[in-house]
Amino acid sequence: MLRRKKDGLVSSEDETDWAALLLRVRDHQDRAAFAVLFRHFAPRVKAFLMKSGAGASLAEECAQDVMAVLWQKAHLFDPARASVATWVYTIARNRRINALRRARRAEPEELDWGPAPEPDQAEALETRQETERLGRALAALPTPQRTLIERAFYGELSHSEIAAETGLPLGTIKSRIRLALDKLRHRMGEGPKRT
Amino acid sequence: MTIRHHLSDQLLMAYAAGQLPEAFSLVVAAHLSLCDDCRAQADSFDAVGGAVLEEAGEIAMGEDALARTLARIEWLPRAAAPKPRRAAGIFPAPLVDYVGGDLPAVRWRRVGGGVRQAILPTDRDATARLLYIPAGTAVPDHGHRGLELTLVLQGAFADETDRFSRGDVEIADEALEHTPVALAGQDCICLAATDAPLRFRGLIPRLAQPLFRI
Ligand SMILES: [Zn+2]
Ligand SMILES: [Zn+2]
Repeated sequence: MLRRKKDGLVSSEDETDWAALLLRVRDHQDRAAFAVLFRHFAPRVKAFLMKSGAGASLAEECAQDVMAVLWQKAHLFDPARASVATWVYTIARNRRINALRRARRAEPEELDWGPAPEPDQAEALETRQETERLGRALAALPTPQRTLIERAFYGELSHSEIAAETGLPLGTIKSRIRLALDKLRHRMGEGPKRT
Repeated sequence: MTIRHHLSDQLLMAYAAGQLPEAFSLVVAAHLSLCDDCRAQADSFDAVGGAVLEEAGEIAMGEDALARTLARIEWLPRAAAPKPRRAAGIFPAPLVDYVGGDLPAVRWRRVGGGVRQAILPTDRDATARLLYIPAGTAVPDHGHRGLELTLVLQGAFADETDRFSRGDVEIADEALEHTPVALAGQDCICLAATDAPLRFRGLIPRLAQPLFRI
């Protein structure tokens, strides 16, 4: 499906540069860009939350909350560190913990550098490509293993079940995600030194 | 600072999946604040969550959902600049949030043998506590019914398995029975989380157990 827009940001469903759209939200409070993000991610967040055990109306309400947070916290988004899908996932996960478990999740300290005002295009592209490779690697897993991963992220497996589950293909995933570590080291070299 | 004992992949994945009891998520967040290797690994597990979200399917939003959300963000305060959330003392920022300050803000209670503890407010699925173990002192010999995570914040301790210093995490389960001893030189301060009461071998600590919620 081709959905051309005058700014050329949206070319086809698969090639949409979500990060560029989110940066338009961040830098220009661009409501049109937000609407495109909303149409893609809100129904996925709703499906994700319902698979996590939320009823339809709670999932609808929380999906709207998640998209509102996306708008409000757009300034924290760093396309070199995470894809938009990853970032939306973290917001949805935290919303689920609040809504379904009525608990909170402690978050680590911010990194020294924070999001760069002018994100490195090459790094942002690398993050996006690596995320796509990760998606393909997950899709290519044998069904039982893929199902286990999905169930873990839908919140169907407790932490002790995750610890006990030997069928989790963590090795497969890890070989795909070494990049995050390399990238962090690279940026640590550039950023101010930690004390 | 060289960290030698890290979080397991299973714990990092459970944290990324949002499945850790709050007390464990506090220990994980505190370790990630000190350890860039585990932080990168945790980011990677978040990316797995992103991939799962992409493939979760779509369930149509209500007719007016976009309009309502647009109307709502109209009233949201313009996002403030990220507040620097960097700890200056020995407690990483997430721990500062729970204690309400650094070391001086801790309200310690004695548990015997010079050891002091402070239980932190978390959900009831697991318990988080700060432990203060004077240099050279032993924590009573104990086993575990569930999972115990211990993050060293100051000083060091050693047990039957190894030596642990600032930033190191010991992951103990049913299989481990141990007697951690704070090493000489500096009092040892740890953040520990458990999802089941410990099993003490000696009679006295067992009697004291209900009193001190160890
Ligand atoms: Zn680590
Ligand atoms: Zn122990």
